[in-house]
Amino acid sequence: MGEIALGQYYPSNSILHKLDPRVKFIGTIVYIVSLFLVNTWIGYLFCAGFLIVMVILSRVPFHFILKSMKPVFFILVITMLFNLFLTPGEPVVKFWIFTISDQGISMAVRMGARLTLLVMGSSIMTLTTTPNALTDGMERLFSFLKVIHVPVHEISMMMSIALRFIPILAEETDKIKKAQIARGADFETGGLIRRLKSMVPLLVPLFVSAFRRANDLAMAMEARCYHGGDGRTQMKPLRYAGRDYAAYAILAAYLAVCIVFCWRHL
Amino acid sequence: MLIELKNVCYTYGAGTVYEVSALDGIDLQIHEGEFIGVIGQTGSGKSTLIQLFNGLMKPTTGQVFFAGKDIWADGYDLRSLRTHVGLVFQYPENQLFESDVLKDVMFGPKNQGLTPGECEERAKEALRQSGIAEEFYSVSPFELSGGQKRRAAIAGVLAMDPEVLILDEPTAGLDPAGRDELLNLIKHLRDKRGITVILVSHSMEDVAQYATRLLVVHEGKIAFDSSPKQVFSHYRELEKMGLAAPQITYIMHDLRERGLRVDVTATTVSEAKRSILMALSEHRSLSTD
Ligand SMILES: Nc1ncnc2c1ncn2[C@@H]1O[C@H](COP(=O)(O)OP(=O)(O)OP(=O)(O)O)[C@@H](O)[C@H]1O
Ligand SMILES: [Mg+2]
Repeated sequence: MGEIALGQYYPSNSILHKLDPRVKFIGTIVYIVSLFLVNTWIGYLFCAGFLIVMVILSRVPFHFILKSMKPVFFILVITMLFNLFLTPGEPVVKFWIFTISDQGISMAVRMGARLTLLVMGSSIMTLTTTPNALTDGMERLFSFLKVIHVPVHEISMMMSIALRFIPILAEETDKIKKAQIARGADFETGGLIRRLKSMVPLLVPLFVSAFRRANDLAMAMEARCYHGGDGRTQMKPLRYAGRDYAAYAILAAYLAVCIVFCWRHL
Repeated sequence: MLIELKNVCYTYGAGTVYEVSALDGIDLQIHEGEFIGVIGQTGSGKSTLIQLFNGLMKPTTGQVFFAGKDIWADGYDLRSLRTHVGLVFQYPENQLFESDVLKDVMFGPKNQGLTPGECEERAKEALRQSGIAEEFYSVSPFELSGGQKRRAAIAGVLAMDPEVLILDEPTAGLDPAGRDELLNLIKHLRDKRGITVILVSHSMEDVAQYATRLLVVHEGKIAFDSSPKQVFSHYRELEKMGLAAPQITYIMHDLRERGLRVDVTATTVSEAKRSILMALSEHRSLSTD
């Protein structure tokens, strides 16, 4: 329990937490785009500086942001190694069949920096926004797709339900696992086949309960006359406040600087 | 001494933002053959406490001993501990998984390494004791009613023949007859086989009637630990913890206030009946004099 990264929201009261989820979503996209615009050391430093300011503003302890790197660490290392060895250029180090070029070193470091900043940047959004607020914001942002008959509301409803169910199912798994361990079940030892077999007492009750919950939820929604998106109002509709417009302005300025960096090859 | 807890604390989500301290400095000794009732408000830490007894959860700090051995010491066989200490969870029906009831009940004994013949024998005996008729043995556990599922799940633990039987609110959702049957079965097992029973319950009447010792858990601490009679004599304090004394105790207090000389410490209906009848006959003989 507690290791499910999806619900990694860190409760706090910072200015970033209070921003409209739409701003944070667009901000994250702007940040990712900016990382692909800049290509120089000064550019990366500027992006990193922006991120550091955001981290400070978010009041999320830094090790929570570092934790978000854990799942991509492996990919990061692989990417850096590939770039290091496979980029052609002036050879610097040579041993056996490997050559490391100056281009390779610079490419590897830049790719590493880019990936690191990218993951950390998007983790700021997930750390400061509840999953529900996020789907809410995305529903509003993408509502223009309704024109071409994309069921935006339904998709977002499914996403919120799925997100809501993850911790519930995790808790349920924990409970059932304990109940079976109390009956002498062994989930840890044995070969692959034995371990797969030992999952049956866990998975069957889990599926049964998941289906039962889904059924109950459908029934409850039906009982409250849920009938899809048309004409539905929200209890707390998203509304931009002054700080959101200010945030958009800052984002625009930031993007402009990055474009200048890209254009000038600074 | 069978189970001993020394200065045990348990914190959920230790080291994260969502830390909840569920138990705080518990010292407890459980002896063989006791029938212990555990009461406490919702969220007071009862379910957490009982999961420490069979090593399902590791205390954040403190030690747990079973038969004198520290169960979290290196090399301790936790699986064998769990066959000695049977635990029936809150809503145990969620653990059913096999294709038929008999096979499901055999799961525990099978894990203990018994032969298929022994497993079946144990399972059948447990099912009989739990009041599941033979015609249901070959039915899928998911086709049983809620109460029948509960019994089948309890049979699944009984079949392991544990020395200590821990039950977390086993009677929630059972009909009155089913509740009495289940509690009588537990009492019978204790009287006949001498097993130790720990029963978590929200029914003051049930613990008053069956338990020999009562633990009151309040905000992660043990607030009271003595005989049901003594604990319920503190009913004013219990009320502050969201608990109460059995209904009959209140009636006895009322009767006393109105001048009938009854025993106010009575906690079960049969005790109260005896005391009231005695007081009445005294009363009558006084007024005829
Ligand atoms: N898996 C969990 N994660 C985090 N906190 C938990 C978890 N399980 C229980 N808690 C918390 O620990 C405390 C004690 O919970 P516990 O389940 O032991 O209470 P209880 O006395 O059994 O309540 P009830 O009578 O409702 O069954 C509660 O404050 C609860 O919120
Ligand atoms: Mg409980």
